[in-house]
Amino acid sequence: MSAWREARLVFRQQLRLSWRQPVWAVLALIQPLLYLALFGPLLRPLTHTPGFPPGSSWSVFVPGLLIQLAMFGTMFVGFGLIAEMRYGVVERMRVTPASRMALLMGRVMRDAVVLVGQAVLLIAIATVFGLRAPLLGLAAVLVIVLLLGISLSSFSYAAGLKLRSEDALAQLLNSLAVPLLLLSGILLPMSLAPRWLYLLSRLNPFSHVVDGARAAVRGDFGSGSIAVGFIVALALAVAGVAVGTRTFHRESN
Amino acid sequence: MAAQTNQPMVEARGLGRTFRTRTGAVEAVAGVDFAIQAREVVGFLGPNGAGKTTTQRMLSTLLAPTSGEATVAGCDLRRDPVGVRRRIGYVAQGGSTNPNALCDEELVLQAQLYGLGAEEARRRADEICARLDLGDLGARQIKTLSGGQRRRLDVALGLVHGPGLVFLDEPSTGLDPQSRANLWTHIRGLRDELGTTVFLTTHYLEEADALCDRILIIDHGRIVAEGTPDQLKRRISGDLVIFTVGPEAERARGVLAGRPGVREAVPHDGTVRVTVERGEEGALPLMRALDAAGIPVASMQIARPTLDDVFLTLTGHSLRDQPAAEGRRPS
Repeated sequence: MSAWREARLVFRQQLRLSWRQPVWAVLALIQPLLYLALFGPLLRPLTHTPGFPPGSSWSVFVPGLLIQLAMFGTMFVGFGLIAEMRYGVVERMRVTPASRMALLMGRVMRDAVVLVGQAVLLIAIATVFGLRAPLLGLAAVLVIVLLLGISLSSFSYAAGLKLRSEDALAQLLNSLAVPLLLLSGILLPMSLAPRWLYLLSRLNPFSHVVDGARAAVRGDFGSGSIAVGFIVALALAVAGVAVGTRTFHRESN
Repeated sequence: MAAQTNQPMVEARGLGRTFRTRTGAVEAVAGVDFAIQAREVVGFLGPNGAGKTTTQRMLSTLLAPTSGEATVAGCDLRRDPVGVRRRIGYVAQGGSTNPNALCDEELVLQAQLYGLGAEEARRRADEICARLDLGDLGARQIKTLSGGQRRRLDVALGLVHGPGLVFLDEPSTGLDPQSRANLWTHIRGLRDELGTTVFLTTHYLEEADALCDRILIIDHGRIVAEGTPDQLKRRISGDLVIFTVGPEAERARGVLAGRPGVREAVPHDGTVRVTVERGEEGALPLMRALDAAGIPVASMQIARPTLDDVFLTLTGHSLRDQPAAEGRRPS
């Protein structure tokens, strides 16, 4: 299948470019690590609060951090695409017979690979802090992280391609990021929230993904949360790729 | 390539593009008709904003036309855009490379995106590098290249898959005169050695004059004239024959004015300047007439109008963004 071949070609080139500047992939880990070290310990006394989910504070907090990494690590990749558009690289590729989906997916695959690498590193460091989790659960979380990465990087590329301006993209992302973060239960579980806030958070697909990730890390494979989280993440990935491909297909002006 | 020899490489029929903006519709290209034959080097000459780039972007599938149709390299633009993409190369105006990538990487990737295998892509990349004097720059990061090298790399990227037709959008803009002359040599080589059809845009008159077999002059989205550089120059202004006759200038004017083929004769500073249809043929009879009238001629000069004169005459305005137009060039 030639689209798959083309996507791999773009992926390899993108990975080489990322590899040439590894500092960015490492810097992206600093924020979650700061949360881990400076915010994580605050949750410890809360574990006995009514409404706090079962498990140690780390097994509640780290899955949230992983989802946060997935969201904020890939949400901003559109900026890179705007730079590539400015260089003329995107147009140069669009004038080849390569599949438009491949031009998008090659980039998304790079983002997903970088993200999963970061997530593995974050889990390893969290283990030092005291996280204990079943391997199967961690694997499930990584799959969810991967799907979220695919989704958000596709959406971000679509937005970048459409807006063609860093300023406009920054405005859009900032206006989305804060409500999505606050209503996801990433920092503090939404089970602590008053009823109206809890219900509001249910409208945010990321809150279901966070719940699923927590259930997986605590090894609660019997609950439906993991399946719900997985299905929501998968739906987001499919929607992202569909929107991204459509945008890559459309003419640029 | 795919186009048969008797079929034009590019044929545009009423091809147009209207952009919708907040202030209303802007007609960037107003339905142009033209054809480019195989192995022709054709220049699209016009000021910035005339519609040159928009036309090229439509023909290279980057921008959908809002009216009309076109056949490019034997494929219908609307029905078979992928077929068009396979057969053409396109070199955009503003560059096409990631400054952090290596020359080699970009060239090989580009060739592979055209479906070539890794080995073949590698071979083509080396070949085009040698052709465009990029030979030993393969492993260099693109941001370390000079402007001229980077521009040649852009051209190499548009040619690495060996297309039969290449679009060059303002190939030499921003280059110093030496790099520009060097690039011109390479562009001539494309047609002469590889048989490539070249369609370039430029707002440099000298560039169109130096490179093109044929020129399409475009202004405000319309083609206002078409022809070889010589035809255009001749068609518009005719040639100027200048006789240096010292104090006899006024009498010389009297002798020459009204003779067959003479449009105008103006005495000016010890000379008489005569506008004729064709300078080479018109000069000698005029010379004899002056001789017969007993007017000694110290020297004679034939000057041909530049394309700038042509442009001015056709559109009523000079090419913008141009250094002061050169004067009439003696030939």
